[in-house]
Amino acid sequence: MTNGSRLLVGTRKGLFTLDATSSGWAIDHVDFPGEPVTAVVHDAETGRTWAALGTGHFGVHIWRNDAGAWSEVGAPTYPPRPADANDVNPMTQEPNPWTTMLGWVLEQGARPDELWCGTIPGGLFRSRDGGDTWELQRSLWDHEGRPGWFGGGYDWPGIHSVTLDPRDPDTLAVGVSCGGAWVSTDDAATWTISTGMRADFLPPGEAQDPNRQDPHRLVRCAAEPDVLWNQHHNGCFRSTDGGRSWVEIEERAPSVFGFAAACHPADPNTAWFAPAVKDEMRVPVDGQVCVSRTTDGGATFDVLTNGLPGPDAFDLVYRHGLDVDGSGERLAMGSTTGSLWFSGNAGDRWETVNANLPPINLVRFI
Amino acid sequence: MRGMVSVHFTANLRRHVDCPEMQVEGTTVHEALDAYFAVHPAVRSYILDEQGAVRRHVAIFANGSQVADPNTLSDPVDDGTEIYVMQALSGGT
Repeated sequence: MTNGSRLLVGTRKGLFTLDATSSGWAIDHVDFPGEPVTAVVHDAETGRTWAALGTGHFGVHIWRNDAGAWSEVGAPTYPPRPADANDVNPMTQEPNPWTTMLGWVLEQGARPDELWCGTIPGGLFRSRDGGDTWELQRSLWDHEGRPGWFGGGYDWPGIHSVTLDPRDPDTLAVGVSCGGAWVSTDDAATWTISTGMRADFLPPGEAQDPNRQDPHRLVRCAAEPDVLWNQHHNGCFRSTDGGRSWVEIEERAPSVFGFAAACHPADPNTAWFAPAVKDEMRVPVDGQVCVSRTTDGGATFDVLTNGLPGPDAFDLVYRHGLDVDGSGERLAMGSTTGSLWFSGNAGDRWETVNANLPPINLVRFI
Repeated sequence: MRGMVSVHFTANLRRHVDCPEMQVEGTTVHEALDAYFAVHPAVRSYILDEQGAVRRHVAIFANGSQVADPNTLSDPVDDGTEIYVMQALSGGT
């Protein structure tokens, strides 16, 4: 459990480490200045941190921090694309690339030295040796549903959420934009696709197709792992069966569109979201940055704006731009326009930590 | 005949990985880079993707011209050829 006193902020131009000090949050240091940092994960037991770098020109690379020193480790790489591979982008009919284009999420596994990495163009990778080597999970990559996936926000599909069931090391769920949500209960040997989502970007009659859903972000309640929240492209969904099925929450002020989600670690009825107008208007509603919070399982939502900018704000919060610490009281949120906010009281009041950072990809308490 | 070829990398790559200028043998750009990567294996993944193609935002020049086919790198090189591996102006953030 994180105690909310140190924060990693992955941006388009470096990885910022901030500490809670007696005079507020302060940047302690910046790693990889100038480089896109697209995913990070920290192991509290060993003190190790891993970061995925986009580098802009030179491919995706993973670095590991051991005892304060960074070194490059292995990166997820795809096997040679078979000559007879017929997977193509359903939108453009271009052949799917079998090359890592983005390290979108890093998560710790249930076992020592185990890590998961979700990537664009849709491969899920596992490391069993602390990131030195990575293995494409062919069980999902070779699934008959995978060629039906397509890009959401990017040209190619990608896995942005990997969430483990803390009760069972063999159970995990992943979220794919756009390819739905998938659950495995046998250590990623086989996968079952989630049901219950609805896509209003598909024609009538196809809106329930589970393989073409666009969950933007999946998060799980640590204390009640059967409960997951799902900020979807056109709605908000909740699961009470470990992500196997979803129920839509049709009303959420001020809108149901957004990317980020955070779930209270102890209370499955409490979750936070960062809404925007809608998919073709990705800015705050009425120019007011806000957080939508429910404490009753999604029946009602509070719109939290105290300390957040408006009515002339244009910040957007990406998928991994909202996090809650182990207490459920401390929240951090970062935007594409480089604003970073902190709340020490579950979102009731926010303070601006910095309004001049590079575009923020992720925030993560460690 | 295999010539001695000089391989140079954009200074921007040195922020990520050690990539000193070096003379290698080869008859094509592909052979010359393979010879370089044999000595400096960490550089390969910064220049080529896992399918062996030049990364989308990397530009390779030999004999003063950008290589014709970034997938095969089959452009011939001679004794004294200089290969420059640069970053494209696209792909920056």
